[in-house]
Amino acid sequence: MCTGRVDLAFILRAFSNGADGVFIGGCWPGECHYVTEGNYLALSTVHLSRKLLKLAGIGPERVRLEWISASEGSRFAEVMNDFSLKVRELGPIGNGAGMSEDGLKLKLDALNAMVPYIKLVERERLRVPVKSEEAYTQFFNSDAVERLFKELIADKFEICRMMALLREKPRSTGELSQILGLSPSDISRHLNVSARQGLVKFDATRNLIAAA
Amino acid sequence: MEKEFFEGEFVKRRADIESGDVMVVGAGISGIQAALDLAETGFRVFLVEKSPAIGGKMSQLDKTFPTNDCSMCIESPKFIECARHPNIEILTYTEVDRVRGEAGDFKVTLIKKPRYVIEERCTGCTTCVEYCPVKAPDPFNQNLSLNKAIHIYFSQAVPLITYVDPDTCLYFQDEKCNICVGACKNNAIDLHQEAEEVEVEVGAIVLSPGYEIFDPGRRNDYGYGRMENVVTSLDFERLLCATGPYEGEIRRPSDLKHPHKVAWIQCVGSRRVTPGDNSYCSGVCCAYTQKQVILAKDHDADLQATVFHNDIRAFGKDFERFYQRAENLPGVRFIRSYVSVGKEIPGSKNVTIRYSTLEDGVQEEEFDLVVLSVGLNPPRHVKGMADKFGIELDPHGFCRTNPVNPIETSRPGIFVSGAFQGPIDIPESVVSASGADALCSQLLAYRRGKLDKERVYPPEKDVSEEEPRVGVFVCHCGANIGRVVDVPSVVEYASTLPNVVHAQESLFACSTDNAQQISNTILEKGLNRVVVAACTPRTHEPLFRDTLREGGINPYFYEMANIREHCSWVHSRETRDATQKAKDVVRMSVARTALLEPLQEFELPVDKRGLVIGGGIAGMTSALSLANQGFEVYLLEKDKDLGGMARRIHYTLEGLDVQGYLDDLIRKVYKHSSIHVYTDTTLLDASGYVGNFTTTVRSGMMRREIRHGITIIATGAEEYKPTEYLYGEDERVVTSVELEEAIARGDERVAQAQSLVMIQCVGCRNEDRNYCSRICCSHSVKNALKLKELNPQMDVYILFRDMRTYGLKEDYYREASEKDARFIRWDPQDKPAVEAVEEEGRPVLRVTVTDPVLGNQLALDADILALAAAIVPSADTNTISKLFKASLNPDGFFQEAHVKLRPVDFAAEGVFLCGTAHYPKHITETISQAYGAAGRAVTILTKDSVVASGAVCEVKEDDCVSCGACISVCNYGAIAFHETPRGKKATVNPVLCKGDGLCNSRCPTGAITLKHFTDDEVFSQIDAALPASQPA
Repeated sequence: MCTGRVDLAFILRAFSNGADGVFIGGCWPGECHYVTEGNYLALSTVHLSRKLLKLAGIGPERVRLEWISASEGSRFAEVMNDFSLKVRELGPIGNGAGMSEDGLKLKLDALNAMVPYIKLVERERLRVPVKSEEAYTQFFNSDAVERLFKELIADKFEICRMMALLREKPRSTGELSQILGLSPSDISRHLNVSARQGLVKFDATRNLIAAA
Repeated sequence: MEKEFFEGEFVKRRADIESGDVMVVGAGISGIQAALDLAETGFRVFLVEKSPAIGGKMSQLDKTFPTNDCSMCIESPKFIECARHPNIEILTYTEVDRVRGEAGDFKVTLIKKPRYVIEERCTGCTTCVEYCPVKAPDPFNQNLSLNKAIHIYFSQAVPLITYVDPDTCLYFQDEKCNICVGACKNNAIDLHQEAEEVEVEVGAIVLSPGYEIFDPGRRNDYGYGRMENVVTSLDFERLLCATGPYEGEIRRPSDLKHPHKVAWIQCVGSRRVTPGDNSYCSGVCCAYTQKQVILAKDHDADLQATVFHNDIRAFGKDFERFYQRAENLPGVRFIRSYVSVGKEIPGSKNVTIRYSTLEDGVQEEEFDLVVLSVGLNPPRHVKGMADKFGIELDPHGFCRTNPVNPIETSRPGIFVSGAFQGPIDIPESVVSASGADALCSQLLAYRRGKLDKERVYPPEKDVSEEEPRVGVFVCHCGANIGRVVDVPSVVEYASTLPNVVHAQESLFACSTDNAQQISNTILEKGLNRVVVAACTPRTHEPLFRDTLREGGINPYFYEMANIREHCSWVHSRETRDATQKAKDVVRMSVARTALLEPLQEFELPVDKRGLVIGGGIAGMTSALSLANQGFEVYLLEKDKDLGGMARRIHYTLEGLDVQGYLDDLIRKVYKHSSIHVYTDTTLLDASGYVGNFTTTVRSGMMRREIRHGITIIATGAEEYKPTEYLYGEDERVVTSVELEEAIARGDERVAQAQSLVMIQCVGCRNEDRNYCSRICCSHSVKNALKLKELNPQMDVYILFRDMRTYGLKEDYYREASEKDARFIRWDPQDKPAVEAVEEEGRPVLRVTVTDPVLGNQLALDADILALAAAIVPSADTNTISKLFKASLNPDGFFQEAHVKLRPVDFAAEGVFLCGTAHYPKHITETISQAYGAAGRAVTILTKDSVVASGAVCEVKEDDCVSCGACISVCNYGAIAFHETPRGKKATVNPVLCKGDGLCNSRCPTGAITLKHFTDDEVFSQIDAALPASQPA
């Protein structure tokens, strides 16, 4: 099993279970034991998960990937000590950012639910052509990817959370806007998209929106 | 039963004669490796060892350089492999008495010494040890601690049975005590046991008796034996070791205090011509001392370590970095000085050392503990042994070997491996063991497999309908885990976990009796899952999986919880937290086991042909050996002719006519009907896996596809083209190899030269190449001797940093020095400078260098300047590395699977390595390694099939949406679409799948799964790791 086997779902599962940080250790680029260079896939997973955490208002620095070979015991110790120190400084997940337990759960559940979709997006749009760490950093921080992320993932994430709320019970736009912390215009945009896809219906009598 | 007299004892003679194929004499790491390789090649082996258990010196070491792997941890799985191998019969406490016959048909008489314990009856329970009233120094712990008169040699001993030391047992003094006899419930103790004579027939013999350490007490000049706080380096290994006298705490003998100021003295007994000392360099002491310094600093970060040394001989692969690592630790001093041990301070019993440095002159300094870095001597009673076996010895008392084959003794059919060849380290001992296998196999190819026995396992139980029944075994690993983690509380905790029906502790879970106990418990308690909480799966998973098979359940129901590397070793100062972490780790493993599935390993047929890449000495020797063992070989060479680098080498230090040897070798290769030689050949492509490779080459104008079962990479190395010291600008500046060529062709310029200067370490041991090229010091000494032979009046200067004429080559360094070659040491901060000038009308190369003794500048006017240029990886190394998935080390040489114990294997199965492609080395070392690679390769070629892991990927077709994400990440080409009535679906070729699992993490629908590491299995561990907030 390679670092590239680390699934986005594993990382999210750990946070859902209350982990305050996730550390991934991999072989140095160019030193792949499988020659498949799966460590670059791990790098991509980590870049992506950091963007997702940021989107959810969770500190992206809670995920850390480091290259450490089997012979670098002392480096491993240094890195681990440093990471646990940093995570301690960040405080418990959610609380640190002033998030309620429910709010955090809603966000992580939405991300978890989106994993298959995110994998498709990654495959279609987020593969980095050049295998170098700088190229990955540049790519994932580029404006183009930022835009793509907003279009393809950020909106989906909000819709996901909205749908989760609506599946609980019908709610008003005001209520949705308040819980999700989004502007009414964003909510109505998401509602329009969802309605077109047949995901939501309007309960005109009570002026509430319900899951279809 | 007939009786006869042996060494003053009566001997029972066994009437029946046993037959085997090969006898291996000496069961240290070399003998063990030879036995395992021979057994895997299909020979029946007697492994004979004089001490009560197998393991040799390596079992006494704490860690091994330069990786600091735990020595016993990597060696002990091999003990069990030997014990379980159906083709190996281990005979411990046994010595060879007589050898008759000839190659192919030896009759060997063995004397089994009385252990006073009946082997078949002893269970290793150690009740007798508890009852024994006699405490006596423990030889395994270098007599630093006490053991009983009856005891087991060491905890992981194979065989794990007791023996009685008649020198200390009271019964043998005046028949006063026989309490152990009554204590043994199994009636296993027989104090009247007599020596037994056994006769066996074998076709060949491998001698691997190892070495003795130099005894510093004999010359009485280092205070050893007189001053309590002077110990040998082997004593210090035991002090460092967790199974040592103080459970891994470094304490000094006089008052058991922790020493804070420790000195090491190098070259004790080595590199001296005084009577009783050895003139050769022992080759291993520099590196083991650096290791001990690093480990001592690990034990106590404030410890002050001082190493008094002569040349630092960091000539092995990765040794230079290892030396730097030790030297750069805080509180560590390396001082180049001859020393003498002064006095013992009354009261404190500290020891003083007198030494001198250029800066401060003679000084005397006090140390808490002094470690003597003792050298390697030939085995004890070596002359008698040589007589018994009818072999010759060299002047030092090591085995006299064939100048072109260090594994052949002077007697046909008797081979030698390990340190009896001369002072060598563990990897070389292992290499020569595999080489001895190859040579035995060449000799006995006609009878291979005739006495071969198959391992028989109990039938595998179908547990698919059963609820999980997990057994947890928590290992103390001596004190390695037990000292930090509260093992009993982990056991108690484990027994409360879901599905766990049995939990217990073991002292060493990997020892033979504990492994046996695990398989017994599986049967008795009906376990269907096993967790061993111990060390790393890297070294021990195969052993425990095998143990599950012994217990009749699928080996994939095994899970290893690493509470040593991941816990006790890294949290040695936080015992409470470490115990909690160990519990967490065990909980995660137990959770995972519930989901484990039985997997089937599958057998793949083996193509019985070999491919050797590189037609130099290494490649040709391997190819010939494979062919002589009965296998067809393809030998590829990129040049038009065979020979490689050796075409430029004309003589060796030992006087071999290299070109004559090479011509003969090339002739043999071409004449052999089983070797297909392709010269002028380029590799185009390689695919496949162990047993079934397909390699495409272009040979001349022809494109060929070669199918083969194994690959040996022997692509050699090149000489660095210097950019320093006017090389390429002035034709009087040449490299060492060019100088050798010039000498060989009788170049007038060389013959007429009045003065010749050599500069060592050109292009290596620097920032660009942080390694030592190993052979250049000997190479320059060789050229110097040759020049002095041609013209004794010639001034020859060798400007060096450390002379690294390791091992027996030291004698030639001395000879060159005696013949007035001048050796001048330079410092990397103050390199020699070269300029072309005219001196009294004579054009000369003026080399200026600082004299290290006088401190002034010397100007040497040379007619020729020879640069000892680095050895660099050959140009096509990268291409071959990619084609065969053979990794490279940071310096660009090929990286073996394990530095110590798999020195010619690659991590990629079925691919082997030899020659300078691995690292620079001398011709004899290359030959040894070439036989080693051939030996290892044949362990695969003799088999009809190889077993592939069951942990491969699998597709649930219903879930596959044919997005191709999996195919795009699989570099092995193991996944492809195939047409089904419901459209294209991905499918995995399990033979090509290597189980990296990238496809699994990319699949959006969860249709493709890496077995043994499924999403659910990993989730179960994540959930178990963080149970507090587990989602409801």
